Amino acid sequence: MTTAVEAVWRIESSRVIATLVRFTGDVGLAEDLAQDALVAALEQWPEQGIPRNPGAWLTAVAKRRAIDGWRRQSALRERYESIAHTLDAEGDEGDPDDVIRDDLLRLVFISCHPVLAPDARIALTLRLLGGLSTDEIARAFLVPSPTIGARITRAKKTLAAARVPFEVPDRSEIATRLAAVLEVVYLIFNEGYSATSGDDWMRPALTQEALRLGRILANLTPREPEVHALVALMELQASRMAARTAADGSAILLNDQDRTRWDRLQIGRGVAALARADSLGKARGPYALQAALAARHATAPTAAATDWDEIVALYDALAQLTPSPIIDLNRAVAISMAKGPDAGLVAVDRLAGIGALAGYHLLPAVRGDILARLGRSAEARQEFERAAELTRNERERAVLLGRAKNGGRA
Amino acid sequence: MKYMIMLKADPANQADRMPTDEELNAMGAYNEEVIAAGAMLAGEGLHPVETGSWVSFDGDERVVTDGPFTESKELIAGFWILQVKDRDEALEWARRIPLTSGTVEVRRVFEVEDFNPDNEYVKQEKQWREEHDGVGRTA
Repeated sequence: MTTAVEAVWRIESSRVIATLVRFTGDVGLAEDLAQDALVAALEQWPEQGIPRNPGAWLTAVAKRRAIDGWRRQSALRERYESIAHTLDAEGDEGDPDDVIRDDLLRLVFISCHPVLAPDARIALTLRLLGGLSTDEIARAFLVPSPTIGARITRAKKTLAAARVPFEVPDRSEIATRLAAVLEVVYLIFNEGYSATSGDDWMRPALTQEALRLGRILANLTPREPEVHALVALMELQASRMAARTAADGSAILLNDQDRTRWDRLQIGRGVAALARADSLGKARGPYALQAALAARHATAPTAAATDWDEIVALYDALAQLTPSPIIDLNRAVAISMAKGPDAGLVAVDRLAGIGALAGYHLLPAVRGDILARLGRSAEARQEFERAAELTRNERERAVLLGRAKNGGRA
Repeated sequence: MKYMIMLKADPANQADRMPTDEELNAMGAYNEEVIAAGAMLAGEGLHPVETGSWVSFDGDERVVTDGPFTESKELIAGFWILQVKDRDEALEWARRIPLTSGTVEVRRVFEVEDFNPDNEYVKQEKQWREEHDGVGRTA
């Protein structure tokens, strides 16, 4: 029964907390009240059964506690009276579902508010919107539980001290604020994506947590193309979870993955989410371009049959929007697939000439790979030796040295 | 993890009639709730059993039998695939389906495990992945 109550909590907590933040004007108090209501549910539901509308039950209990608390503090009498007045007037606010949706969106923006440090935004978002416990967040991020607890407490105090309003940002701000929210969601996703087998299951579960948050957000802001695009990108990346590591635990690069292990349902969802983003009629943003890249790969029957010209064009667009030598290196690889290794070598050499990736082991690794395809084994060997020198990872060094030994052949 | 909730055809209730508006609205509201919670991966309703067929296998032989299948009580009328944290969350979603009779079956969907816990190399993978950040992820 305890776990059944927890399941209800997972589904309802964000909406309960969102409603309580509007009611009390204080994130910290709202969460405490919601926790009190959870404790009451854990006591009462096993005996009385789960109520027909558990979310409304939790909210009502929490509101009663809030009012009891204010009653005890005579100094806050005035506040109580105005709240009681609001309560009486609550029937006039329109569709209660719409009110909850608006509150939930406000809670999203508060949790990802720029007054908070990035790690505080992540912890608060998982706690308030994901319904995760402090312990679960700590396990997921390989951090002691008290550290996360302190981080969340500090975040709530920061929000209160800064008097951050409970509102959706206005037009002038919405783009940057939404970008901050998406960044938090994608950081959570990538934390889960970097999990390895020795890790607690909570770590890879972060990818699903991020996807869930992304889908909730897409439902709250259906007119925002980059929200759908981020969901698309995460669905498409997550579709490859089962194919990206070999039985011995080593990573398998995309072109070498067994495509039958890709999750078709998730690919379909990703492609559909990207189509929704595109249908909103604005130019593709960074998430949409990355999602489009991922979609091209996900829907190609084989690496060779991939539309590499389109991949190059997408990297061109992405590099214009968010210039980065890493994107240029990916673009050079795509050029070598689209136009052949000669063209790829020109692109890599131009990049090497700029010097932005000096010391980055994947630059010589990519160059070595292209040289090997051109049959220039001696030069390829040198590049792989250089790459092996630069990497700090022992296992990868062994792989690179192995390729050096074979004159560049994999 | 993923769960499939299968809606069993209730011959007394669902055979020979389309759902009423009220039932459709209730199910629509339920589906919206699942979508808003980010848990819905897929959900479909199936045409009546009469229009379905069975394909049976016996060695190399295939036998097609058209519905209705009077001898079976285990017929599926629709399904949801949900992404949930655990079995309890799947059961809670199942509890909320607006039915007044019948049964749904809740089953976990098999997923290929992408992490092999016995391996010594996987511990190094995290660092490896960090160093590869960007390259090889989308390309």
